[in-house]
Amino acid sequence: MARITLDGIAHAYGRPRTEQDYALKKLDHVWEQGMAYALLGPSGCGKTTLLNIISGLVTPSEGRLLFDERDVTRLPTEQRNIAQVFQFPVIYDTMTVAENLAFPLRNRRVPKPQIEARVAEIAAMLDLTADLDRRARNLTADAKQKISLGRGLVRSDVSAVLFDEPLTVIDPALKWELRSKLKAVHRALDLLMIYVTHDQVEALTFADRVVVMNDGRAVQIGSPADLFERPEHTFVGYFIGSPGMNFMPAEVHGTTALVEGHRLPLGQAYPPLPAGRIQVGIRPDFAMLSRDGGVPVQVRRIDDLGRRRLAHVTLGSRPLIATVPPDMTLDGSEAAVTLSPAHMHVYVDDVRVEGRAP
Amino acid sequence: MNDKPIHNRAWWFVLPVLVFVLFSSLIPMMTVVNYSVQDSMGQNNFFWNGAGWFQGLFDPTTDIGGRFAGALVRNLFFSLVVLALEIPLGIAVALCIPRQGWQVGAVLVAIALPMLIPWNVVGTIWQIFARQDIGLLGAALNGLGIPYNDTQDPLSAWSTIVVMDVWHWTSMVALLCYAGLKAIPDAFYQAARIDGARRWAIFANIEFPKLKKVLVIAVLLRFMESFMIYTEPMVVTGGGPGEATSFLSLDLVKIALGQVDLGNAAAMSLVYNLITLTLCWVFFTFTTHADQKGEA
Amino acid sequence: MSLALDHLGLTVDGIPVIRDVSLTLERGTMNVLLGPTLAGKTTLMRLMAGLDRPTSGRLLLDGKDITGVPVRRRSVAMVYQQFVNYPTLSVYENIASPLRVAKIAKGEVEARVQQAAKLLRLEKMLDRTPLQLSGGQQQRTAIARALVKRADLVLLDEPLANLDYKLREELREELPRIFAESGAILLYATTEPTEALLLGGNTATLWQGRVSQTGPTAAVYRRPHNIDAARVFSDPPLNELIVDKRGATVTLADGRSIPAAGPLGDLPDGSYRVGFRVDDVTVGGERPGVLSFPGRVSVTEISGSESFVHVDVGLATWVCLVRGVHEWEPGAAAEVHVDPGRIFVFDPDGRIAGLPAAMETV
Repeated sequence: MARITLDGIAHAYGRPRTEQDYALKKLDHVWEQGMAYALLGPSGCGKTTLLNIISGLVTPSEGRLLFDERDVTRLPTEQRNIAQVFQFPVIYDTMTVAENLAFPLRNRRVPKPQIEARVAEIAAMLDLTADLDRRARNLTADAKQKISLGRGLVRSDVSAVLFDEPLTVIDPALKWELRSKLKAVHRALDLLMIYVTHDQVEALTFADRVVVMNDGRAVQIGSPADLFERPEHTFVGYFIGSPGMNFMPAEVHGTTALVEGHRLPLGQAYPPLPAGRIQVGIRPDFAMLSRDGGVPVQVRRIDDLGRRRLAHVTLGSRPLIATVPPDMTLDGSEAAVTLSPAHMHVYVDDVRVEGRAP
Repeated sequence: MNDKPIHNRAWWFVLPVLVFVLFSSLIPMMTVVNYSVQDSMGQNNFFWNGAGWFQGLFDPTTDIGGRFAGALVRNLFFSLVVLALEIPLGIAVALCIPRQGWQVGAVLVAIALPMLIPWNVVGTIWQIFARQDIGLLGAALNGLGIPYNDTQDPLSAWSTIVVMDVWHWTSMVALLCYAGLKAIPDAFYQAARIDGARRWAIFANIEFPKLKKVLVIAVLLRFMESFMIYTEPMVVTGGGPGEATSFLSLDLVKIALGQVDLGNAAAMSLVYNLITLTLCWVFFTFTTHADQKGEA
Repeated sequence: MSLALDHLGLTVDGIPVIRDVSLTLERGTMNVLLGPTLAGKTTLMRLMAGLDRPTSGRLLLDGKDITGVPVRRRSVAMVYQQFVNYPTLSVYENIASPLRVAKIAKGEVEARVQQAAKLLRLEKMLDRTPLQLSGGQQQRTAIARALVKRADLVLLDEPLANLDYKLREELREELPRIFAESGAILLYATTEPTEALLLGGNTATLWQGRVSQTGPTAAVYRRPHNIDAARVFSDPPLNELIVDKRGATVTLADGRSIPAAGPLGDLPDGSYRVGFRVDDVTVGGERPGVLSFPGRVSVTEISGSESFVHVDVGLATWVCLVRGVHEWEPGAAAEVHVDPGRIFVFDPDGRIAGLPAAMETV
């Protein structure tokens, strides 16, 4: 299988009357083989619903799902050639690790030597070789998740692996290892992988493309760099990055934005904007605190995060978070912030407006 | 790690219960122990008999010893048969109960009904049911040509009592197993489907392992209650025909109240009690130990 | 008002779970208890609340020994990780419950509940039940219930761990402000160093039941007294290297020699363990006067504006921070540069032997 296509997929539980009743609003998208995607969003955004539609646990109320050109919308899960890893490890208690990994192949009557070879291969990839003969239920949570993953990978006809917040029960100290392992597996096997999470670090680390979702809608689909540097929607600016993007109401004229009485240069030239709520957004990473030379601000508080310092300031009456340069010391609460024009974005009614080169 | 601060005042709250238990259980129990080591000719004359009654009890050649041995064997056999039938049947029924929807409530109530009927009423129902003249079961079986007579044929009497107990108590096993099954998260079934597992594989690898703890309770409860069974067989067969369905409890009542042979009865009841306790303790320790070893 | 732990210890089934913990918590500041899972944070909090009895040591509130006082008689409130609320009571009743138990007058109950609800932005949800609320709102209800009790000691056991990270950010901002006026002694347990740094105040690092260091948070971060404190206070994990110093050179486990620079220079000869954090090491580029190690990239993890590159340098796999979004191909060759002025040196017992020059904090 080369790709999964969502053709007008939407889902509502019960009969929908308004758009609000849809748990998942209309979505068209093509998932390419070999790519790693993350579905990122807060609880209730519809990401798990979307994953379940792809895996077959939920039949969408509208639209078609295609695996290559085959319509699989109503096909049951076991016939879709996918593997799924759940939030908590799902293993067969009575079996050893090797037997767990061999289970899907035994059910498909694969010849024994082939089973053993494949199990050894997958176990080596997941660092489970030493534990092959141990009872699965005696292992730690992260080893069990690896077994769950292994069971999905062991079938050679699997073309997509779906992950539903798989690191939830993993000890934080081990999350790093498991994430690296997932990435390594992705590289080695060239599978389509779709990963649901509400943790931006997991999403941005794992995925080639991230689908940011909110309230049942896919708000932006892009690479981690795109989402960071050019958020198409204020929600993406807010959700990605810790802390999120600063937003301020503004009036935009050509290459200048008027914020709280201050003129801020913009990186692009904007035509007269349509009516609506106009805001400019800039990430704290691109707002540098300085003693002078920039927009004057009042410093309310400095957060020392070890490897960087964040200043909570107010520009007029608007709160803003800026980065404190490493060697800067501050006395008093008067300071200035330099806002990088190239990274200032203009939003009308929460949607980014593209300008022209100045 | 629950090292709550110790209070001794709480012991005062236990006092009323202790007094009650003393009167309703301990003192009568000590009376029985007293009877078991004494011989009484009535008029409250007691002569020390020491272990005499017990010796007679354990000697199969004596009248009392023979009856005791026979009744004990019958009890064990009955418990085994009943367990062998009720546990698999209970699991099977539990697997069929729906997991959600309005049907759940309806089915659970229907299943629970046999357990709610007073035990002597259960006995009476089956006694009438089994009658060859007016009982539906008795008449139907005989009408079909199957020789069935629960008052005269030991096999018929046994079958009736076994079937009656299965009818009465399988629901309990089913309900316990249903609770155990409901605790299995959906993800396990989904994963099994994705793995291509067949129905039997799902049962053997997912459901049965998770049911083990529940089954320990079910087996323990059913064993204890079937070993002590009294009311139902008393009402249905009265211990007959002859001694075919004379269980320990039935015999005991006959000896104690019918023949007023207090010494033998007391000794027998003590031994009966001890056997029940020992078997349960052994069983319980064995299964929880196996459970812990499995966990380790 | 202060709570002092005096050589507190707890042994369970012969295993020491809490070892000789001596700590003083003052009110008016946020006290943070930082440690990985299973370090003993919850156990220590339970000892402080009176839910468990210590096997050794004492607990003193303002100098008074309260070790034997049962929890019911102590003035303590606890907020758990798992939004613990009474499922059948409304939010109002949930918040009011400790006051009802204490038989506070009705008018006073109303006043306090409204005040707590306002602080936690729950005014509009007061007649809903917890299950109708989102995770963040449920946890706020639990926090309101702890607040309204006006206890002397408020224990927060990883209260934000089950929330989405954005909610966590928001609530974390609000917590110090919410409890500022209550005048209680606050203790916040967490596994994340970033959270400790954001909360500020004082931090005690806990590792295997032992407190390795206490002090102002930034100071503990920058000047660890021992390797346990340094490890606990590093996320991603501390990069480490074992070295052998002889004169002006330092030999590594694979036989290479490098000059003894930075804090290593002033130490007596011997075997040491060098530790450095992700931001004290970079990948790529040329920087004069730094320690360089060739290696291969194993994976890159991207977090918003930072990239963490895992590089296998033969002796170990180190995590390096690179600003911006960069993706290195796994297997690609990379050169790791360590700034010798920013390393920690620990002696074989784990005690700090050399510190980088103190960094100025604002």
